Amino acid sequence: MFGLIGKKVGMTQVFNDFGELVPVTVIKVEPNLVVEQRTPDKNGYSAVVLGAFEIKPARVSKPRLGQFEKHGVEAKRHVVEIRDFDRECAIGDSLGVELFTDAGFVDVIGTSKGKGFQGVMKRHNFSGGNKTHGSKFHRAGGSTGMAAWPSKVHKGTKMAGRMGGVQRTVQNLRVVGVDSERQVLLVGGAVPGTKEGYIVVKTSKKKG
Amino acid sequence: MDLIQAVEADQLKEGRDNFRIGDTVKVHFSIVEGSNERVQIYEGLVIARKNSGVRQTVTVRKLSYGVGVERVFPVHSPRIQKIEVTRRGRVRRSKLYYIRDRVGKRAKVKELIQKRNRRKESNEG
Repeated sequence: MFGLIGKKVGMTQVFNDFGELVPVTVIKVEPNLVVEQRTPDKNGYSAVVLGAFEIKPARVSKPRLGQFEKHGVEAKRHVVEIRDFDRECAIGDSLGVELFTDAGFVDVIGTSKGKGFQGVMKRHNFSGGNKTHGSKFHRAGGSTGMAAWPSKVHKGTKMAGRMGGVQRTVQNLRVVGVDSERQVLLVGGAVPGTKEGYIVVKTSKKKG
Repeated sequence: MDLIQAVEADQLKEGRDNFRIGDTVKVHFSIVEGSNERVQIYEGLVIARKNSGVRQTVTVRKLSYGVGVERVFPVHSPRIQKIEVTRRGRVRRSKLYYIRDRVGKRAKVKELIQKRNRRKESNEG
């Protein structure tokens, strides 16, 4: 398991080995700094803390700045802990996109686009009613529970509300290309979040 | 945005803009059959070019045993060896979809007759 912090640039298409056009997401990887290493002796588990993207030290909160100053490394905007990091690295090292050269498949974690207040059909894939044929039931949620017993709505009942803007993981995306010169990773298919949004790319949990 | 263009620029093939709408072209398209690969030549009239960059496609129409056949090729596909122009056409629009509704002589596109370079002639004369 290893991973890096990146930024979604956008989507395009490239030709694969068979000459077919495949959709890809372009991910820009700025140098990932190793900020801290967690060890089983000290922390009870092994992990690597990575930081990426520039920020003025004056804009970082003092407790967080302390984490960087502890090992005398540069302050970074995004900090992510990646468990069981199995690539050689030391504190202060800078990691690039070359790590993914023979990764095969990856999982991508990001914050999905905010959709605002949405009804149950879009938010929870309810099927809704007929639009025509005399139907008076179109996109409403319908019943939210039973009557006399329990005479309340159960917690977690699917209803309309705010949709999107939450962390989502997309698993098993194929690594289509690695461009070490531009520090760009091409991943097959779509990735959660907006353009310019920050994402974490990890080696796939389920696929080699 | 320029990063995306840079990624696309790697995919673009040289010399794929030698033909225009209304031209008759030969597309040398390689086909993989099991383990061996061969080149098939598809000749027809260019009736449309769509999209830009790597996604650009060209629609080539021909009559095959009296049946109209249209194939859409990705212009920058690595499977296209080359696109050869056999006849230049004189047309006034960018999409020749009206050809589909016509048969026989009405479905023809006039040949483009290019003016010779006059200055060169006067120099000779």
